[in-house]
Amino acid sequence: MSDFLSAGWSVYIAIVTIVSLAACLALLVITARGKSGSTGESTGHVWDGDLRELNNPMPRWWMILFIITIVFGAGYLLLYPGLGSARGLLGWTSAGALAQDQRKSDAALSVVYAKYAATPFPELAKDRGAMAIGERLFINNCAACHGSDARGSKGFPNLTDNDWLHGGTQEAIVESITHGRVGMMPSMAAAVGTPADVSDVAEYVLSLSNSPHDAAASARGATKFVVCAACHGPDGKGNQAIGSANLTDDIWLHGRGKAAIMAMIDNGKTNVMPAQEHRLTSEQIHVVGAFVWSLSHQDGSGVADAATH
Amino acid sequence: MTPGPIASGTFGRRPVIPIVPRGGSMYQAEKKIQPRSVKGWFASWRWLLVALTQALFYGLPWLPWNSRQAVLFDLGARRFYIFDLVLYPQDFIYLTGLLVVSAYSLFLFTAVAGRLWCGFACPQTVYTEIFLWVERRFEGDRTARLRLEASPWTLDKLWRKCGKQAAWIAIGLWTGFTFVGYFTPIHTLAAETLRLSFGPWEWFWIVFYGFATYGAAGYMREQVCKYMCPYARFQSAMFDRDTMIVSYDARRGEPRGARPRSVGHAELAAIGKGECIDCTLCVQVCPTGIDIRAGLQYECIGCAACVDACDGVMDKLTYPRGLIRFVTENGLEQGWSRSAMIRRVLRPRILVYGAVLVAIVAGLGTSLALRRPYRVDVIRDRGAMAREVEGGRIENVYRLQLMNASEQRQQFHVTVGGIPGAAIASTPDIDVDPTDSLWLPVRVQVPPEEAQALGPGAHPLRFQIVRASTSGHEDPLSEKSTFVVPR
Repeated sequence: MSDFLSAGWSVYIAIVTIVSLAACLALLVITARGKSGSTGESTGHVWDGDLRELNNPMPRWWMILFIITIVFGAGYLLLYPGLGSARGLLGWTSAGALAQDQRKSDAALSVVYAKYAATPFPELAKDRGAMAIGERLFINNCAACHGSDARGSKGFPNLTDNDWLHGGTQEAIVESITHGRVGMMPSMAAAVGTPADVSDVAEYVLSLSNSPHDAAASARGATKFVVCAACHGPDGKGNQAIGSANLTDDIWLHGRGKAAIMAMIDNGKTNVMPAQEHRLTSEQIHVVGAFVWSLSHQDGSGVADAATH
Repeated sequence: MTPGPIASGTFGRRPVIPIVPRGGSMYQAEKKIQPRSVKGWFASWRWLLVALTQALFYGLPWLPWNSRQAVLFDLGARRFYIFDLVLYPQDFIYLTGLLVVSAYSLFLFTAVAGRLWCGFACPQTVYTEIFLWVERRFEGDRTARLRLEASPWTLDKLWRKCGKQAAWIAIGLWTGFTFVGYFTPIHTLAAETLRLSFGPWEWFWIVFYGFATYGAAGYMREQVCKYMCPYARFQSAMFDRDTMIVSYDARRGEPRGARPRSVGHAELAAIGKGECIDCTLCVQVCPTGIDIRAGLQYECIGCAACVDACDGVMDKLTYPRGLIRFVTENGLEQGWSRSAMIRRVLRPRILVYGAVLVAIVAGLGTSLALRRPYRVDVIRDRGAMAREVEGGRIENVYRLQLMNASEQRQQFHVTVGGIPGAAIASTPDIDVDPTDSLWLPVRVQVPPEEAQALGPGAHPLRFQIVRASTSGHEDPLSEKSTFVVPR
């Protein structure tokens, strides 16, 4: 009972509970002995001229029900926590009940997951049951950032386009989910040079994906791109080993257009995918990983067509 | 006044059976009421209603419909089948409507003729009637039962009591079984019965509902009406001076008392007697153990058993019927004829109740008749507000819930409107299996120029869903949502 600063409150509650129960019982005993109730005796209250209120006795079964509730209450308080901070004879706790329920459900689920654990992604992706579980896991654990259609949004990668920052193999996906990822782009403004240089580099980056750009500025920017090439590679195709983005495709995680590119060069960005190893078991990660893998390895357009039942 | 001769022949004065023992504790053991069986116009009506309501209750789950049970409340799948209707939890408004109709019917009937529901159709009355019938088969009518109660235990008493208990328990369990049969397919349940392989909740409800029936109809009986039922109390409060209630005509009946059989109806005044011969049959048949001659009491459930009993006695005496009858307070006081009382039925209160009832029934019926065989919910995706995709188009994600409220496979076509250029980027044609509910992400895209024209912020968007149907009923439906253009 950490809710209370003083143990006195626990004693106070226990006393109030016991006294209340005893008072109910006493009231019942006193009234049961009383001679006040005889059938047809009027209380003297009259309404609407002729509607009399009589003081009739209560039925005995009603009293017996009352006694049963008191006995039940006493038994409950003895067995379960209720009297202040007393634990009760059964030692029941809500956390314990939850743990027990979880053990039961884990035991039931482990049979299901055991089937999937040894199956590689390409094969698991064909298993409708596994994919249904995977989608559920995805909706509950991943959709908050990546969207319920797994197509992400600004800052949150699209998982259906087969463009992988950290690799799209089974091992890489499992690693990303289990331990999370940190994508770190440092602020490059100083390294690139003047604001004009930054603008030129941005034009060059646009040119890499054949986006509309200024050819002259892009040519100037190409020479400054060396500092970027350390991570993004001389050809700008990125490096999955360090999670640097491919700049030659039309996928813009942190925003489309020159202004967004310049902001990234100027300010950099640290983007975090949190580790899931404490939320999901390795079997669950395997299944949800296979689901994510399946999104960019199917004809059609991802979850949108794999309808949810 | 000449006192009449007393205690001669059949109509000698019998002691009135005390209703509740007097004095003592504030809690008293209720004396078991042993109502005498009664025959007559109202008793026949009650038995007819017992037969109708119970044929409905016990029979309905066995009725097949569309190759399934006609009435089935599938709590697990959250589908409620009532003949051709497939209701979703979202349709609970119809249950509300049904309850409002029930309430107004109760108001109307009660204002017209008192506790008709209590006396003739309430399950408490109906099951008590059935259990009393069983009791009579084994233990005989009131007098025999009272004698049996008082007698020492013999083999004869034992088998009568055991037989009654066995029959009561069987009816209780059958009732519990039928009740669960509304929630679990009853044929499955019947198969489980043979192997006694019910699930834990099926066990609980069969035994609990069976026990409740047994306890309420076998033992609690009038106690339920007197101490537990809230309707019993508020119905009495809905009477007015023009409500037909079971009443004893004291002007005709008093002074009550025995008289020689030779005294005819015309000579009653001469011997200073009213029509009531004080045979106490009205008290003996009363299921709540009251004496209606003391006036209206809250215990009276309006079952009219006393009316039937008294009419029988009046017939034997060749007195006119109706010493105890359905009559209004005004009618009794002012000696109105039946037609005069019936004219007062159409008073403002009844007309208002009636009008409200008709309006609600019509509204409910229309709404059910026009009900679409599907439902749609559009929810914006909680994960992603908006995103920019290839070509700078702005994309929003929605979760579309499509509920097929029919037993045929349905095809839907989804379009969007309200924003120029807005289009569905995912598959716009969706199949939903019978009675199934589908929850799927739908992507809507707006071209960059239009998005720019809209400007950042949320803009109203309309989803239009039509049903592909051979009968030509597309049942178009429009659902509102918003489209967000990021800054």
